[in-house]
Amino acid sequence: MLPDSDSPDPARRVVELPVREINSLTDSRDILRHATKQAADRGFSDYTIVDIDSHHTETESWSEILEYVDDDVLKQIGQSFNSNTALLGYAPGIRYQDLSGRIPHQTKLAEKVDDVSVHRDVTLSRRSMEGMSLDYQVMFPSPMLLIPQHPQPDVATSLTLAYNRWLTRRILPSDKRIKSMIALPMNDPDACVETIDEFDQCDGVIGYMIMSTYVKPVHHNAYMKVFSRLEKTGKPLGFHAGHNWGDGGISTTNRFIGMHALSFVTCNMVHMTNYVLNGLPERFPDLKVIWIESGLAWVPFLMQRLDNEYLMRSSEAPLLRKRPSEYMREMYYTNQPMEATDLDLLQSTFKAIHAETQLLYSSDWPHWDFDLPSVIFDLPFLSEQAKRNILGETACRIFNLELKKDTIARSRA
Amino acid sequence: MSEIYIGRSADFEPGSRRVVAIGKIEVGVFRLLDETFVAYENACSHQGGPVCQGKITARVVERLSDDKRSLGLCFDEGEPHLVCPWHGYEYALSSGRHAADPRPRLRPIPVSVSEGNVYVNV
Repeated sequence: MLPDSDSPDPARRVVELPVREINSLTDSRDILRHATKQAADRGFSDYTIVDIDSHHTETESWSEILEYVDDDVLKQIGQSFNSNTALLGYAPGIRYQDLSGRIPHQTKLAEKVDDVSVHRDVTLSRRSMEGMSLDYQVMFPSPMLLIPQHPQPDVATSLTLAYNRWLTRRILPSDKRIKSMIALPMNDPDACVETIDEFDQCDGVIGYMIMSTYVKPVHHNAYMKVFSRLEKTGKPLGFHAGHNWGDGGISTTNRFIGMHALSFVTCNMVHMTNYVLNGLPERFPDLKVIWIESGLAWVPFLMQRLDNEYLMRSSEAPLLRKRPSEYMREMYYTNQPMEATDLDLLQSTFKAIHAETQLLYSSDWPHWDFDLPSVIFDLPFLSEQAKRNILGETACRIFNLELKKDTIARSRA
Repeated sequence: MSEIYIGRSADFEPGSRRVVAIGKIEVGVFRLLDETFVAYENACSHQGGPVCQGKITARVVERLSDDKRSLGLCFDEGEPHLVCPWHGYEYALSSGRHAADPRPRLRPIPVSVSEGNVYVNV
């Protein structure tokens, strides 16, 4: 016991924190205790905060997911592996993410969970929402994000469908605040359409997601029926970036930092370039598109690069009726991992993408480069309404989510 | 500034720490591998993470040969680093300065040892 722990003067009262060193067994709410304090200090209870990108580690529930594989032979193969990465084609490079154990919540959320009334992942999501003062959280898988790189396309499709069924039956119905954008099995365009039809009306499904894929280019004719079907749902389509250490020039990087810094961005840059230059915004004008988890710094670069070349070579992109950047400015972006080491450049980026109406807050919790709501709230160049829009009100509008009552009252006032 | 008693110096093993809340401020008090004590506010310069509750690990250095070929990475055990568990911002434990950039730094808290007692001034 410390001598001043009973001091009558609160300013002199000394209390040793129960967690001396945070590790993988630490409760998420203890890891995020400073985030909770930030939320209280900033009055986040008066804001609607929507986290467009969080993750659970679905491989912790892998035996449950394998139960939803339709193909009995494939299921038997997967179950015989007796491994939580069975059939995944798991890329070993991803294991570098926790910086050799320096970032324990990336290693594993191995904390104690007593509540058996809901799936463990629901409890972990609730704890992170409590810790960061979130009102809604969009949940995505983790290792499954790389499934399009699987060498066996039919296995990738089967696992994607099994994951979607498990997610919509075991996780999403448990809490109305937990949402997801359903993963599309891009290896198989027919299966994409079937996926949309099967899951569109499921509780908690607010959109669709293309995972880091280089299966076919997004402008391939085989996908047009997919985009057409997506447009009819009225729900947004997210391009969730991912890394690929074996991809072209990326394969020459020898450190995780180099691979990660480039690969998460080139992934979305390639998709964006193909999406715009092939006139997909003209073909599917009502399809809202969101670019997820590649930060923001790449966007003004690509706007300038494509505009500059388009004005010289417009004959190669005849479906366009305006500059590429003008299409890009109508799309939506998530912030994380927001490059904030130069606020002047960041402010220019916000201006370039019309952040006040096009930017959506995302945490990426529990990954190593997560962003708290305070990274948006504390920006000195944003208006009050811009902060509210980015933190959640724009997301409520495009995903048709209810604003928190306090926020509605403030808006009316 | 108030001088706050933290504990007996003999109760701190070399390389150990205590992280305490003193009123509204959280402070990490560290004993280095010698008799030296340092203390920092438990708030990372990056996003305010609980840095003093992070992993303590040796600095990583890259060795080069005389002709500038990389000989790979190794640890420098003489300079322990404190790593913020939120995002990995890494600080020299002895100075509180970021391992790679002198600008981000932890807020130092004055710490003293008198007659075997450890005090911080907050």
